[in-house]
Amino acid sequence: MDTTTDQLTRVRRLMAKATGDEKHEESSTSTLDALWVLYDRVLHVDPSDPDADARDRFVLSKGHGPVALYAILAAKGFFPESWLDGFMEHGGKLGSHPDRTLVPGVEASTGSLGHGLPIAVGVAHALCAKGQAHARVVVLCGDAELNEGSNWEAIALAPHLGLANLNLLVIDNHSSSYEPASWTARLGAFGWTVREVDGHDLDALEEAFVAAHDAPLAVVADVPAGEW
Amino acid sequence: MMASPRRELAARPMRDAFAATATELLVEDPCVAIVLAEISGQLFRDARRHDPLRVVNVGIAEQAMVGVAAGFAMEGFHPIAHSLSPFMAERPFEQLKLDFGYQGLGGTFVGAGGSYDYASEGGTHHAPGDVAAMLAIPRMQVMVPGHGHEVTALIRATYADGAPTYVRTSLATNDEPHEVEPGRLEVLRRGAGATVIAFGPMLSRTLAATQGLDVTVAYATSVEPFDDAGLVAIAGERPHVVAIEPWYEGTAASVVTRALGHVAATYDFVGVPRRFVHEYGSWAEIDADLGLDTAGIRARLTPG
Repeated sequence: MDTTTDQLTRVRRLMAKATGDEKHEESSTSTLDALWVLYDRVLHVDPSDPDADARDRFVLSKGHGPVALYAILAAKGFFPESWLDGFMEHGGKLGSHPDRTLVPGVEASTGSLGHGLPIAVGVAHALCAKGQAHARVVVLCGDAELNEGSNWEAIALAPHLGLANLNLLVIDNHSSSYEPASWTARLGAFGWTVREVDGHDLDALEEAFVAAHDAPLAVVADVPAGEW
Repeated sequence: MMASPRRELAARPMRDAFAATATELLVEDPCVAIVLAEISGQLFRDARRHDPLRVVNVGIAEQAMVGVAAGFAMEGFHPIAHSLSPFMAERPFEQLKLDFGYQGLGGTFVGAGGSYDYASEGGTHHAPGDVAAMLAIPRMQVMVPGHGHEVTALIRATYADGAPTYVRTSLATNDEPHEVEPGRLEVLRRGAGATVIAFGPMLSRTLAATQGLDVTVAYATSVEPFDDAGLVAIAGERPHVVAIEPWYEGTAASVVTRALGHVAATYDFVGVPRRFVHEYGSWAEIDADLGLDTAGIRARLTPG
C-alpha cells in the first residue's frame, strides 16, 4: 500500500498529465488535499459502480479548477487515466467545468457559480425522503462563490429541513473581494455546525468531516490566498 | 343543489386544477415531489399531510426552489415546482436552463398568472415573456392549457417523461375543455382563407372573433413540441397563418415558421405588444386595451 504522500504525488502527476504544464497544476492546489481526504477517507463511493444508490454524493459546486477532482477520480479508477490527456480538448470528456453526462463520478454539471449548493440541498433532502438519510452529501463551494445569493437561500433552508446529512466544504483561498465576518459567525447564525480547519492538514480535515454533528455541517478549509 | 359535473369542470380554475392534479400524483406515484416557494402553499396542505418529506416549501427563494427540485430529479424523483409565472420562468431562468436543461433532467414547472392576470399588482408581476424565455432552453417543453381540465391532462402526460416542462396556467380559460395531448394541434373549423392558430386560453375568443369568416381555426396547447406535421396538413401550399397568442406577439414564430419552412407562407402574429404595461385592473381589461379581446382579434383578422 502506498503511503498518502506517494498517492498524492501520483495524483499531482495526473494533474500535470491533464494540464500538460507543471505551472497549471497550481490551478487546483487549493482543493487537492480536501478532495483527497474526501475520496480516500470520508466518502463511500465505488468506482466500479459510480451510480450505486447507496453511495455518498459529492458536488463540485464552483466547477472551477476541476483538475484535482479529475485526477483523484482517475487515480481511484472512475475512468481511465488516459482521459486526462484530453483535458479541455475537442473530443475529450474533461472540460474546464465538469459535465455529469460525460464523466463517471461527477454528480452535477457545474461552473456557473451558485448552483451546486441548492442542488445539494435537494439531493440531501431527497435522500431523506427515500429513507437514505445515512448517505452523505458533500458540496464544495469557493469562498468567493458564496457571494452568490442563491447559496444563501440554500444555507438558510438546509437547517430548516434538518439536513444533518449535508456537508458544505468551503475552500477559502481568500479570493472574495470582501470578507464580511468569520465563517463561524456567518454560517453559525443560520444554524450550521461550523468547523474551520487548515485546508492542507489531512487529519484535521478528516476529523472535521467524521466527528458527530446534528445540524448541516460546514467544514471551512483555509488555504493561503492566491492558491487556486 | 349539486352542480353538474360538467359545470364543476367548467368552473375549475387552472391553479386549483393544478394543485389537485399534483396532489393526486403525489399520492399515486411515490416518485413525485412538490417544491414550492410560498406561492399557493395553502393549496398543498393535503399533499403535505400525505407526505411532508415530498412536499417542500423553500420559502421565498425561487432559485433554491428549482435547485432543490433538480436535486430531487437527480435522486430519481419527478419534481413539480410552482410559482407565479415571472417567478417561475424568469427569476430562476438559469436554474431551469442549467440544473434541468443542461443536466438532462426532467421536471414540471407550473407558472400561474399568465401574462398579466394580476394586473393590479403592476408590471413586477407580469410575464408576457415567459414562454419566449422557456423556448430558449433546449429540451424544455411548453404547455399552454386553455382550461383546468387540460391542465390535468397535460401535466399527467408529461410529468414523468424525463424532460423539463413549463406549464403556463392563467385565470383566462376557454368555455369548454378539449381533449388535448402534447404535440397535437386540433382543427376546429375548416375554411378556404387564413389558418388561424389559437394558443391556450385564446381559443374561445378566437372562435367568436372568426364567426362568419371563411378561415381554418386550430387549437394549440403545446408550443414545444409543436405539431409541425399537423400544421402542414391543414395549411395548404400558400398559407396565410395567423397566430393568436396570449404572450408577447411573435413568440410562436419560431415553431410556426419552422413547421412551414418549406412553403411560401405569410404570417401575422396577434399577441401582447412588446412594451411594459403600466395600467391596473383585470386581465380582461388589459386584454381589451391591447386588442386581445374578441373585438380586437376580429379587427386584426378583418383589416379595413
